Amino acid sequence: MTRLVVVGASLAGLRAVEAARKAGHDGPVTLIGDEPHVPYDRPPLSKAYLDVAGPGGDEPTPTTFREKAHLVDELGVDLVLGSPATGLDTAAREVAVGEERVPYDALVIATGARARTLPVGSGLAGVHALRTLDDALAVRRELDRAASVVVVGAGFIGSEVASGARKRGHDVTVVEALETPLVRACGEAPGRWIAGLHDKHGARLLCGSGVAALHGSSSNGSGRVEAVELTDGTVLPADLVVAGIGATPNTEWLEGSGVEIENGVVCDETLASSVPGVYAAGDVASWVNPVFGRRQRLEHWTSAAEQGAVAVRNALDPSTATPYRTVPYFWSDWYDVRIQFVGSPQADEVLLVDGDPEAGERWIALYRAGDRLVGALTVNGQTEVMKYRGQILKGGSWDDALAFAEQRKVARTVPA
Amino acid sequence: MRVCVDMTKCTGLGICESLAPDYFEVGDDGELRVLQVEVAEADRADVEESVTSCPTEAIWIET
Repeated sequence: MTRLVVVGASLAGLRAVEAARKAGHDGPVTLIGDEPHVPYDRPPLSKAYLDVAGPGGDEPTPTTFREKAHLVDELGVDLVLGSPATGLDTAAREVAVGEERVPYDALVIATGARARTLPVGSGLAGVHALRTLDDALAVRRELDRAASVVVVGAGFIGSEVASGARKRGHDVTVVEALETPLVRACGEAPGRWIAGLHDKHGARLLCGSGVAALHGSSSNGSGRVEAVELTDGTVLPADLVVAGIGATPNTEWLEGSGVEIENGVVCDETLASSVPGVYAAGDVASWVNPVFGRRQRLEHWTSAAEQGAVAVRNALDPSTATPYRTVPYFWSDWYDVRIQFVGSPQADEVLLVDGDPEAGERWIALYRAGDRLVGALTVNGQTEVMKYRGQILKGGSWDDALAFAEQRKVARTVPA
Repeated sequence: MRVCVDMTKCTGLGICESLAPDYFEVGDDGELRVLQVEVAEADRADVEESVTSCPTEAIWIET
């Protein structure tokens, strides 16, 4: 009987065990996670979860996906939570969790990524990253009493935290090391346009400055944070500092296992690693996406969920393994604005096809590579974005996309 | 077979629309519209994928 082990108890890991049962796998299933919590949903943690408590001091809605009893009793999953996998022996086919050895026949690695932390000020209270439920609870508590918030990193997580802090009326400064935020995620001009939202909503954005030091209430590097000193000498008062400076894939536990690692677990199109029987899914997986014919490692909700299911089906039945193909999709909510991106930002041209980022809060940009449409960025364009996702998936042409955009714009502005 | 959406859970992310555009469309207001309630057998796989892909678990199929 095939023993399935899934390492990583977040979205990808959960979807893996659910898909295994759905596919008819009736052998043992073990789900290993480093956090004490059963799998929970992360996107709300940097959004609604940070909002001020409801009347009566209500706790925010828990983001747990499934009750523990459901996982154990209904799905028959053996949960090993609260301690991380520490090693992998691919010859003996065993995962090490401290002293414990968990044998497997099929393995899915879904250990995700962890938030990068600031190289300075680690001993100070009031300095946080935001990735886990415990991080979110801590940031939320700090927001209840903070007055001056400094967010380091103007990426999506940092900007969502800035939005949440502004919503509570705090004084907010966002510090970004790059001259233009979000260049890698959206490209140069769109990054600038999106970042303009901070100014419009009363948060100060400082680009091109790094953090030189954090100053605390006591001179020996402990106590509470009181100020952030930037590389240009600027000193910003702060009683809460949140770092949103990216994430690092959790692969250290795989060292020496023979599983090839390079910016995540190196996988083929079917999410198979370099070692037979070992597959990967979610933020930790670097695989070749057939839609673009390119290696990608995504840190997106949608791909984590889908990869969990594909990886486990392929792991349980490698002879019928299918490639995982997707048009990447992510969303982010800043202030009252929904930002959505589909496709790839690696483009020869980015063209604004609707709206004006300087004037309004609804606009659409399309991304061209060669003669193909490869990406679409919408700001408050919820009714448009998924129509482009379909076109990108089908390998739609740039000309068709432009004609479609024009037709949509006319239909919207000219009453029928 | 009917497709159902819990509008109190839906946040209009639109993954369902990209998978089953004949059934779902997000409006400019960000609200999801169900274009067609009865699920044709031929579309079942697409609609089921919309169910499992919904980040807010707002969609289900009633038989």
